[in-house]
Amino acid sequence: MGIVETKNLVFEYIRRDEEGNVEGITRAVDDVNLSVGQGDFIAILGHNGSGKSTLAKHINAIHYPTEGTVWVDGKDTCEDANLWDIRQEAGMVFQNPDNQIIGQVVEEDVGFGPENLGVPTQEIWQRVEESLKAVGMYEFRKYSPNKLSGGQKQRVSIAGVIAMHPKCIVLDEPTAMLDPNGRREVIRAVRALNDVEEITIILITHYMEEIIYANKVFVMDKGKIAMEGSPKEIFSQVEKLKSLRLDVPQVTLLAHELRESGLAIPAGILTCEELVASLSAIRRRRGWG
Amino acid sequence: MSIILDHVSHVYEAGTAMEFAALKDINLVIPDGQFIGLIGHTGSGKSTLVQHLNGLLAPTGGNIYYNGADIHDNDYNKKELRSKVGLVFQYPEHQLFEIDVFSDVCFGPKNLGLDKKEVELRSYAALKQVGLEDEYFYQSPFDLSGGQKRRVAIAGVLAMQPEVLILDEPTAGLDPKGRDEILDQIARLREETGMTVILVSHSMEDVAKYVDRIIVMNKGQVMFDNEPREVFRHYRELEEVGLAAPQVTYIMQELKKSGFDVDTDIITIEEARRAILDALK
Repeated sequence: MGIVETKNLVFEYIRRDEEGNVEGITRAVDDVNLSVGQGDFIAILGHNGSGKSTLAKHINAIHYPTEGTVWVDGKDTCEDANLWDIRQEAGMVFQNPDNQIIGQVVEEDVGFGPENLGVPTQEIWQRVEESLKAVGMYEFRKYSPNKLSGGQKQRVSIAGVIAMHPKCIVLDEPTAMLDPNGRREVIRAVRALNDVEEITIILITHYMEEIIYANKVFVMDKGKIAMEGSPKEIFSQVEKLKSLRLDVPQVTLLAHELRESGLAIPAGILTCEELVASLSAIRRRRGWG
Repeated sequence: MSIILDHVSHVYEAGTAMEFAALKDINLVIPDGQFIGLIGHTGSGKSTLVQHLNGLLAPTGGNIYYNGADIHDNDYNKKELRSKVGLVFQYPEHQLFEIDVFSDVCFGPKNLGLDKKEVELRSYAALKQVGLEDEYFYQSPFDLSGGQKRRVAIAGVLAMQPEVLILDEPTAGLDPKGRDEILDQIARLREETGMTVILVSHSMEDVAKYVDRIIVMNKGQVMFDNEPREVFRHYRELEEVGLAAPQVTYIMQELKKSGFDVDTDIITIEEARRAILDALK
């Protein structure tokens, strides 16, 4: 069994009026079967309201399934006895860092998680140092979090999760507010955690260029998994992605437009090097012809 | 008519251990009707700068003039300034609070002391300008999707009928289609009304596509102030301060290195497509 498994997962929000009568039911997650192996880098895409955040919140037992089952490291999230293990093993980083920071000083905030796990003091400091260095915030360790900008706070939040030494980190649009450099640093840190520490990554994002490193991409629409495959397979389908309110990286879009204009470029180009190589091949062929 | 910043500085907590100069000697002229992109890494002073433009923050040095009057003169009407210079904060939907969408948009113009009919006409027009359908007007704003909430919040500022609209990362957290829809609507609105728009953004691709002028902030100073094409020519300096050129510009650089005869100052996909097709002819 993988680190995260879901079987026929359904989640419904019940909307009630002021008297508590049921006004309607919204099915936010609809029959999702997901299998994530230990050490995988998974990306989940989907437009606003497609159900991806609701799905993510099942992975560390913030939401419980209405129907179906979710297992984290083989443990059913519905069983109370598993709750603490699951919350430590599957860390979560949310979009808005202001909702996640509680410490008066950056290093205290990062140490809060391991402290609650009962980690010895000396090791807490080690973990705080490693975690802050991993996100490039070590020089700010003595700062008050409310003196930091949004992007800096987000990196502190990520450090706070890393310090818990989770097996799996779920990041729900962690870069939505960062500048290009901040985004690069966060994604680089996330990739390093995946490559070096073999922490499983589940990345939810609206930035298409962030997912090209994933082993597998899921695209959600109306609570269901609408597409699933490698980044190349997903990005080969430019029109389908657009119909799901999504997009492709600029290099993929340019390659697609050139294909539409009649150039023989393969579908699903993900990097600048690939595009340059295939244009060079076309030029050589034309030169010889 | 314009906004002029004359040697504007802002120091937070001057005289304490936490003293921090967020703006250092800024000189800018913002004429009517421009579409300006304001970029800079987190902490570069962008947000501090825009909060000076409608008087939310007062400079600790220098002066700000709106249409020729110093906005920090004792007899200057700040309330009027704030209706003329509309500021849409990051995640503006967190500020929605009313019982339904229409009442929320009415809140701003109502506080300008306008009569009820004028308030409602303006609010209706503003909701139409952001492309929200009538069926949502009497729903709770909290039942809407992220993109719709964002539009309601923008409509709340538009209903004040500002001459200058400042948007601080208006597309953060929206899906790609939602991003394009909001920015297209803002661009259309600017064409129709001729208002000045200042877009604070972290997306170089968006800035390249929409604005006529880019102001780059770094460490509280203006680093570049020019047309997008000219600014992105300095991509190496931009990278040093945590920014970048649009992805497509890098593609053109790589093609040039591989011997293709293309311009390297291209900043949009459409230009790139045409240049590549020409180079392969």
